[in-house]
Amino acid sequence: MNPQERHGMKLSDIKEILHAEVISADDGLTMRVETGTASDLMSDMLTGPTNGALLLTGLCNVQVIRTSVVAGVAAVVFVRGKRPTPEMTTQAREHGLPLLSTPFTMFSACGRLFVKGLRGIEVKVPRP
Amino acid sequence: MALLQRSFEIEARDFVRAGEASIEVQRILKTIGFDSERIRRASICAYESEMNVVMHGGDGEILLTLDPEKIILDVKDHGPGIEDVELALQEGYSTASLEDREMGFGAGMGLPNIKKNADSLEIHSDKVTGVHLKIVINVKEG
Repeated sequence: MNPQERHGMKLSDIKEILHAEVISADDGLTMRVETGTASDLMSDMLTGPTNGALLLTGLCNVQVIRTSVVAGVAAVVFVRGKRPTPEMTTQAREHGLPLLSTPFTMFSACGRLFVKGLRGIEVKVPRP
Repeated sequence: MALLQRSFEIEARDFVRAGEASIEVQRILKTIGFDSERIRRASICAYESEMNVVMHGGDGEILLTLDPEKIILDVKDHGPGIEDVELALQEGYSTASLEDREMGFGAGMGLPNIKKNADSLEIHSDKVTGVHLKIVINVKEG
């Protein structure tokens, strides 16, 4: 597959690929994410074309939710089995932001999604 | 002539509420029905500047003003000012604390990112009165 091609992926596929637990997803798992991005640095999530993206993160605080809402992130996966607090879940529900939790590490979770076709947020592939 | 004006208080070091004001700004802009790209740019500017106030600025406020041509965000704080505005505008320069970084911020991308998303940015900084950012997003094309 050309790395620039984007196919997106359904949340139900992501759940299976990542053996993930669904913490909240009021609209079910039919939503599609267009791209994937991974970071513990919320500042970075505000600088790229992260709208419509799946965010994988090891950070687990309420700023993850607010950053995702502001940046237009489509859904969040917490890695290493981390679970959001009830306050985070409540806020995510208010904004219709699905939350999942995967037992995989960040690296493995990203790799599993990438081999199944989910691509990053790069608009074009940087030249070597 | 302002069509709408709303102000939101920001409390220093309050990471529990940090970002609430910006989400309210985003909600107002969505209700009014601006296009999603403008809303995203304005919300990111509001959020970056709100986090700056929480991290560096002492208490402060965001004043949202809508007029027929512009979305204006006046972000004022009562902090110690920005020592070197030129440096603060460089990507990666940061004076953030460990706690700020643990919250996922303080990477030195805030002001540069506001500048990138705004149609115009004025920075007034004073050691006594604090920082005032005037952020403008144009509503009309061009």
